Amino acid sequence: MPAEALTFGLVVNPIAGLGGAVGLKGTDGPGTVAEALDRGAVPRAGERVRRAFARLADRAPGTLVRAAPGKLAAGWLEGLDLDVRSLAPIEVSGTARDTRVAAQALTGCDLVVFGGGDGTARDVTASLGPGRAVLGIPCGVKMHSGAFAISPEAAGALLSDLVTSPDRIGWDDGAEIMDIDEAALRSGRIAPQLFGHARVPVSRKRMQASKGGPSTLAADALAGAARELVEGMSQGTLYVIGPGTSTGAVLTAMGATPSMLGIDAVRDGRVVARDATAEELEALAGGAPVRIVLGVTGRQGFLLGRGNQQITPSLIARAGPEGLIVMASEDKLATLAQPRLWVDTGDPELDQALSGYLRVKTGRGRETMMRVGAS
Amino acid sequence: MTRPPEFHAAKWNEPVVMELGRPGGRGQHFPAPEDEIRSAVGIDLIPGEMARTDRPDLPEITEFEAQRHYLHLSQMTLGMMGVSLFGTCTMKYNSKTAEFATLRPELAAVHPYQHPDTLQGVLQIIHDMDGMLRSLSGMDQFIFQAGGGANAAYTMACVARAYWADKGMLGQRTEMVTSVQAHPCNPATAAAAGFKVVNLPLEENGYPSLDALRAAVSGNTALIMINNPDDMGIYNPEIKEWVRIAKEAGALCFYDHANFNGVMGKLSARELGFDACMFMLHKTFGAPKAGGGPAVGAFGCSDELAAYLPTPVVVKAGDRYALDEDRPKSMGKIREYWGNVPQVVKAYAWTRAMGADGIELGADISVVSNNYMDKRLAEIPGLAISNPDVSARRMEMTRWSLGPIAEETGIGTVDFANRMADYGIDPWWMSHEPWIVAEPFTPEPGELWSKEDIDLWIDVVAKICEEARSDPEMVKSAPHNQAIAQVKGDAFEDPAKWAMTWRAWKRKQEAADQGKRGAA
Repeated sequence: MPAEALTFGLVVNPIAGLGGAVGLKGTDGPGTVAEALDRGAVPRAGERVRRAFARLADRAPGTLVRAAPGKLAAGWLEGLDLDVRSLAPIEVSGTARDTRVAAQALTGCDLVVFGGGDGTARDVTASLGPGRAVLGIPCGVKMHSGAFAISPEAAGALLSDLVTSPDRIGWDDGAEIMDIDEAALRSGRIAPQLFGHARVPVSRKRMQASKGGPSTLAADALAGAARELVEGMSQGTLYVIGPGTSTGAVLTAMGATPSMLGIDAVRDGRVVARDATAEELEALAGGAPVRIVLGVTGRQGFLLGRGNQQITPSLIARAGPEGLIVMASEDKLATLAQPRLWVDTGDPELDQALSGYLRVKTGRGRETMMRVGAS
Repeated sequence: MTRPPEFHAAKWNEPVVMELGRPGGRGQHFPAPEDEIRSAVGIDLIPGEMARTDRPDLPEITEFEAQRHYLHLSQMTLGMMGVSLFGTCTMKYNSKTAEFATLRPELAAVHPYQHPDTLQGVLQIIHDMDGMLRSLSGMDQFIFQAGGGANAAYTMACVARAYWADKGMLGQRTEMVTSVQAHPCNPATAAAAGFKVVNLPLEENGYPSLDALRAAVSGNTALIMINNPDDMGIYNPEIKEWVRIAKEAGALCFYDHANFNGVMGKLSARELGFDACMFMLHKTFGAPKAGGGPAVGAFGCSDELAAYLPTPVVVKAGDRYALDEDRPKSMGKIREYWGNVPQVVKAYAWTRAMGADGIELGADISVVSNNYMDKRLAEIPGLAISNPDVSARRMEMTRWSLGPIAEETGIGTVDFANRMADYGIDPWWMSHEPWIVAEPFTPEPGELWSKEDIDLWIDVVAKICEEARSDPEMVKSAPHNQAIAQVKGDAFEDPAKWAMTWRAWKRKQEAADQGKRGAA
């Protein structure tokens, strides 16, 4: 293996995905694990991770993999043509703690591969710290994060490309780590929340022959949209800036740093609140006009009620449908599960009032009409 | 399954022409003029201020060596004569008869600054082509100034700007509404002309909904720009209602006829309510495209908009043809003169040769061929059609996806395109941005290719699917039988690694050398 090759680390959440097959919508918490096993669930995460690494072994035999011990990784790679170095044994608790301990031990690796779902993605990225490279092998029930390959085989193909043809790989520094409150999901409410961003390898769309031309980079387009928005801000109006990278571009355009996961607010060119609570926002608004800048959650297309509950129905009602400014890249809109946006403010009448069509800012002087529905 | 062709491109690893030859090498050696000639014509034919003082930087090689070099280069291409089902581009054979017509001195040796009395033949062809396109669209006037489809879209944006400025409403009519699947030149040219762009997404039926259009248009809409069918191959049956809604809001309506091939002779843009449309003579009308020669975007509009057209407009007055420059409301010029005239002549030849019935038959063949392709492609495991829930048959092309096989093998559309070249098949067209389906490809068989050619193309795709499963590394590293192996995309993103001219290349090299010396 060449000296400059990346070192891969691997951690598996062996119970990931257990809940799904038996209708439990996730496997967070030991009680749920026991219930899933009671209902006859068979753990499949390890087998899926093995499928991914079998692909790697096939295409790049002998690749070095630092693996968490036993069922937490190394045990699933036995017999594959890989140079597996198992970490020292750790005390296995059967909980998320195992993932966190193993991920911490893999901090020295260039890329930490994990087998699991959104909960595992959260645990791994939280343990590694911000900006670290990860790749998820999809094994969980919930997989809303942008860190997952589309299949175990695709994950293996990505890894082998990193070894044999790294020019086929690009890096996404802003992959969203999302997770859903499982208790809420079991009661029929989807509430994904943004927990951070990770660096993720992606297959690079290489330049097309003869008439493709370079595509507009989403970040540049959003920066243009944000600048246009800032240029057009009205004096005295409170601009409430929702969480996410898309809306974060507004604060960046003002020369400030967005809080990303929380809600910020600006007025008259100044940041007047960071990571604000619902009460703080209401108080700031006072009697002044309010406008609300929102992003769109990936794949599901939620505008309101997912990770931005600090923006209350009364604040939304004050802004009115005209006062909602939505920002998203054209790529994000094109890859939604349905060509729709959703609102779930907690106030059914307000949700109804917000339904219809809305303009999403995708770049400077560029918008896409999107249908909005009550979830 | 037909046997895939066994093919290997020639590979000539020779320097670029500027690095060939030797000092003093030359194509022809001309004798110095005799004294008699010299005294008759003088010696200072080139005025002193126009004569160059340095010698041009030309390769010093013999004519024979130059011919050999360019033969070698041509051997390293696929020659644009293969099976090239390059969707959205409507690839056609470019007849040699038409080519020879344009080489006749009546065309090749004339100049647009000549007096129109000496250009009557060429002007007649332009005028008659205008007439034939009017029959196909219902418009009142065509011009050929635009140098391509995007240039014709830009013509529309500029005509709309002039129209609204003339009405004193340009400050209010600021928006252009289009579909996310329209060709990117529609939003781009509207933006270049100063309009804000409003995109409509594709909804459940595979085209934008009337509700979205209703929500988008208003008293601020200057124009809508739309193609139909779009690149998914789905014909929007609500198009008449579309135009009605847009016109009710006061907007101008432009039909981008880039995908005209499946509906040639079947519909009229004007009857659908459009104010203007555009045809690409270098695609639909059999004139060469891309490397084959310059393009023409034929732009046509209603009498109401004709006042704003770029000038000159070729008109017939009595039995004479003339260039009308006196159009005070004209938006100006899109390009110089009256267009790439040899291309108009070639399109004229194609249109006359096909005839009205032939053009309609061509549309039928292209739609039938594509539906035959859809059926056979659907039988190949690993491929998926776009909008699988839409049961209506596709028109002259279909957007397909390699999503399933990419998920299974990690081999995607770029890899397939590279590998196709190993079988002597021109790489396919993938998709415009944004990619709505995963790992897209978009074949369009048109009316040219035989069933044997189409079967061969499909068989090669099926073969590469097998290879993706059995030997993915080989597919990933394709092409293997080509003159040049896989081109690393990175090079295109680094201007230091490429240049469009030898002079630019030398300048970049010198700058790089200086940088190195500076660093040292």
